[in-house]
Amino acid sequence: MANVLTVRDLEKNFGGVVAAHNINVDIDDGETIGIIGANGAGKTTFVNMVTGYLPPTSGRIDFMGRSLLGLKPRDVTKLGLCRSFQVAQVFLSETVFDNMLMAYGIAERSGFGLLTPIDTEERAARVDEQLRRYQISDYRNAAASALPQGVRKLLDIAMATVRDPKLIMLDEPTSGISVEEKFGLMDIIMQALRDADTTVLFIEHDMEIVERYVSRVLAFYQGEIICDAPTAEAMKDDKVKEFVIGQEYHPGHTEDAADA
Amino acid sequence: MSRLIDKTFWGYTIGLIALIALNFVLEDWMRNIGLQSMARGIVAIGLLVLWRTGLISFGHALFFGFGAYTVAMMQIIGINDIVLLAIAGTATAGVLAFFLGLLLKQYRAIFFALLNLAFSMILYGVLAKLESLGSTDGIGIEQTTFLGFAPEGESYQITLFIFAALFAYIAAVAAHWYLKSTLGMMTMAVRENEIRVEYLGYSAERAIHVKYVISGLLAGMGGVLMALTIGHVDPDSMVYWPVSGDFVFITILSGTGNVGATFIGALVYELLRTYAFEYAPEIWQLILGGSLLIIIMFLPDGLWSIHAEWIKRRALRRADAEPQAAE
Repeated sequence: MANVLTVRDLEKNFGGVVAAHNINVDIDDGETIGIIGANGAGKTTFVNMVTGYLPPTSGRIDFMGRSLLGLKPRDVTKLGLCRSFQVAQVFLSETVFDNMLMAYGIAERSGFGLLTPIDTEERAARVDEQLRRYQISDYRNAAASALPQGVRKLLDIAMATVRDPKLIMLDEPTSGISVEEKFGLMDIIMQALRDADTTVLFIEHDMEIVERYVSRVLAFYQGEIICDAPTAEAMKDDKVKEFVIGQEYHPGHTEDAADA
Repeated sequence: MSRLIDKTFWGYTIGLIALIALNFVLEDWMRNIGLQSMARGIVAIGLLVLWRTGLISFGHALFFGFGAYTVAMMQIIGINDIVLLAIAGTATAGVLAFFLGLLLKQYRAIFFALLNLAFSMILYGVLAKLESLGSTDGIGIEQTTFLGFAPEGESYQITLFIFAALFAYIAAVAAHWYLKSTLGMMTMAVRENEIRVEYLGYSAERAIHVKYVISGLLAGMGGVLMALTIGHVDPDSMVYWPVSGDFVFITILSGTGNVGATFIGALVYELLRTYAFEYAPEIWQLILGGSLLIIIMFLPDGLWSIHAEWIKRRALRRADAEPQAAE
């Protein structure tokens, strides 16, 4: 399988605090990877560094054979590495349709092309197609601020994928989502991303979600990766059990402590 | 093309034709109010674009004054045709906005507003000292020619009005089309969520820079018209901070709903000021302040919201009527 992302010896210090230490990761095309770890373990810092939001203290990040160091989030996005957010980042006062329209407009135009009308029939058709893919067509004309949490998350991801990215990093797609809704939500997301042949990496606290949707797990603890293994193996790993999952996790039980 | 030639476009076009027709029956003082409204309205379009981006400037008299003084300087070097003056005043203000924008695009909220004020006061200070441009007394503006044509007396005012209306029309249509574009919609996007804009692949700062230059261009054009209307430029009436305040007043009065509304806002402001000053010279500021208060309390989205509300009610009435019609 072709390599998509290579991270070597990544370090990040905030003053004296080590937020990332000796991070080495290889991601292949088509993989689905879960990042787990307690709060403050460095998961989001890792995603922030890869997507250009935070500059690493040292180390290398290569995406599709190209170094991402020094690039801004917008440049990383244009190269085909997109992300979603733990708290959905959408244009709250606008409708779902206008949110998507804006996303497509920016993705499809540059330079003076940005001065052409944004609301064309062709683009509106693409918006509707994307809304169908993420099963949020019913909310097309609703203001983003009025959306249920799950729909807002879907909108966030639908906006992040308008460029048909090679790799997407989802930051806790099910945080703030009720237990009844989370599998339905994940089914929609994973189906849409699979259809688009997008390699997926997501941060997740919920071990049920991890076991069900990912084939490989990266476990973070205090800024380091303490385990990088296929899911079943990682779940049995002693260090993962001790530092990430904790004592109270029982497979099949929905109210695990790691959910918090 | 049909995306551009919409109802609003026709509205502006009809407005232009009506203005030009009206021009021939207006009295001189009315025409003067109209000219000043158009000049200020053009500036307010630029502030509307900024306001939609979530930014407010307390210093756009800087570009307004720059455009106005460009007229004076052009006349000094012997160039005095309205089209050239308009191009020069607009362009120089735009260039100034480009350079200041390099710094200002990094600021938001009150810092953005007050940095603009600071820059406008620097220009004010410079102009007040500059003997060659008349320092605090200012400098007279000669009558301009119109594409070589040099009318006298009332026909000068009539011609100036026609050209001003054309400029206002061009500014309004261009701004309306701009707001319908991808870059124009980014006004909303930057205001709502800069992080999302970045992660969609565009720089929020760059978007702000573009909007700032647009607002500078428009303020410069407004300044050119004001200089020609008044026939005189001086630091107090062109660059001083209350001039910037007038523009903010008009922007709040007009609301951000429609580019064309800025001209209605500017006209209402002009009438308010003129009549308040005439009938209550002691308390005219009180009347202006009170009007602003009423607008903010009862029409927070400006005068345009009266129209928007009317459209909404009409739609509701139709929706109510329909089921009965079906029965």
